[in-house]
Amino acid sequence: MRLYAVVAGGTFRRYATYRTATAAGVFTNTVFGFIVAYTYIALWDVRPQLGGYDTSQALTYVWLGQALLMACAMMGGGFEDELVERIRTGDVAIDLYRPVDLQSWWLAGDLGRAAFHLLGRGVVPMFLGALAFDLALPGSLWTWPAFLVSVFLGVVVSFALRYLVALSAFWLMDGAGAMRIVSLAGLFFSGMLLPLNLFPGLLGEVARALPWSSLLQVPADVFLEKHTGWGLVEAYAFQGGWAVALLLAGRLLQTAATRRVVVQGG
Amino acid sequence: MADTVAVRTGGEQDDPEPGGFAFEERPRLLEGVRAYGLIMAMWVRSTMAYRASFAMTALGDFAVTAFDFVTILLMFTHVDALGGYTLPEIALLYGLSATAFGLCDLLLGSMDRVGRRVRDGTLDTLLVRPVPVLAQVAADRFALRRLGRITQGLLVLGYALLSLDIAWTPLKVLMLPVMVVSGAAIFGAVFVAGAAFQFVAQDASEVQNSFTYGGTTLLQYPPTIFAKDLVRGVTFVVPLAFVSWLPALYVLGREYPVDLPQWVAFLPPLVAAVCWVLAGLAWRAGLRAYRSTGS
Repeated sequence: MRLYAVVAGGTFRRYATYRTATAAGVFTNTVFGFIVAYTYIALWDVRPQLGGYDTSQALTYVWLGQALLMACAMMGGGFEDELVERIRTGDVAIDLYRPVDLQSWWLAGDLGRAAFHLLGRGVVPMFLGALAFDLALPGSLWTWPAFLVSVFLGVVVSFALRYLVALSAFWLMDGAGAMRIVSLAGLFFSGMLLPLNLFPGLLGEVARALPWSSLLQVPADVFLEKHTGWGLVEAYAFQGGWAVALLLAGRLLQTAATRRVVVQGG
Repeated sequence: MADTVAVRTGGEQDDPEPGGFAFEERPRLLEGVRAYGLIMAMWVRSTMAYRASFAMTALGDFAVTAFDFVTILLMFTHVDALGGYTLPEIALLYGLSATAFGLCDLLLGSMDRVGRRVRDGTLDTLLVRPVPVLAQVAADRFALRRLGRITQGLLVLGYALLSLDIAWTPLKVLMLPVMVVSGAAIFGAVFVAGAAFQFVAQDASEVQNSFTYGGTTLLQYPPTIFAKDLVRGVTFVVPLAFVSWLPALYVLGREYPVDLPQWVAFLPPLVAAVCWVLAGLAWRAGLRAYRSTGS
């Protein structure tokens, strides 16, 4: 357990090293936040209370999206490029004979990354957004820790999904295509482009049931105090259920994949 | 042939055939374009080595932009007009912006890798080759998959043109292709200026995403929904409004929220030319300021 804490801490520091890149990212997140915020204002101007949000809740949703985009890796990014490269070159063989579990190792690293991205890339855009627009901040102090738990679960779900995709490189060799498709699904079905409660009919029901909704829609609704009491427990159960199921799937795929690894001797 | 440097492959001893791989004295621009073509062809071949992955990434590029439009469609399941614009009108803005950006992204989209090359010192390799650095950087990791993005933009543009009821004049018809080409050129200038900026701030490549990807997202919506200052900013400071807003609003017969004379709608080619001169100067300044890491 201590080992994994060290891995997480190390990854946090690794990402924290690139300060200019972080500042540049914050700038971009803020610009996108402004663009999307104006489109939402136009939309909620015509249809107040759309999807059960008022305008300031909708704007809060926009800035939460920008704040969590990197932390929950909705567009991918993070560890999977590295893992795919190691699979392609065969370096993964070295990882496999280390006395640590492959999945837990990368999970620990990804949690460290997410923690940095939440602080480094999340706080400032959210703050700037709150300065420029009238945002709906939580009424109860307890909402903040509840929100953080939901974000944590979202990160684990996001990791589990990306781990599955990265392992596909054992069969496809070049994982770029699969990673791209899944990053797209992440962008759309997390609710990053439009809140999932605005999706009509069946599409909406399916989108809300898919794992990606754990990445933004659920944490945002926790922040907006749409899930309280038992509703909050249900939201956690939804996220936790997907996290466990996807991590198990990753484990199964990992077992199948390692059977394919042939290490050249000599 | 005395002053020709011939690069030969393998054990070939003969003079290179006419049109073979030889560097001759050519105008610099032509030389750059030729080098661009060669590097591009190489990357296309290398991409095609993993066909399944190529198909998926091209589909992915098609879908990533398609999702942008699906978002707009989903918005229109709740409203009839956004900022006073109907769906076909927004589709026109979207199609023009996406196609122009897609074209630019295909040709110059890898320029945000300059920062990485500066950081790890591989830019030095490009400097010693007898080929313009800009051409090498532009063609670096040429990604054919970006055709997916252009295809999607053209489809939406087609839908807009079929469903819009515009009083077409020869001038308005001519403006469409001019808009796409000069729009791509304006975005291209932003890419080049952004790459020049990376000589100064290597890690800051993401800043240019605000103006490129952010710019195309902005232009997909009507200018009426944005704050006046934002619209002024993309008209006068970073002239992205000339990519589609100003000329397209003329085609649609709509008022631009910032008060400007009507002839401004015909300026995109000129604006693109000015942008390229400025971007070219920035690129030269950036390249001169380059210091190798030495590693």
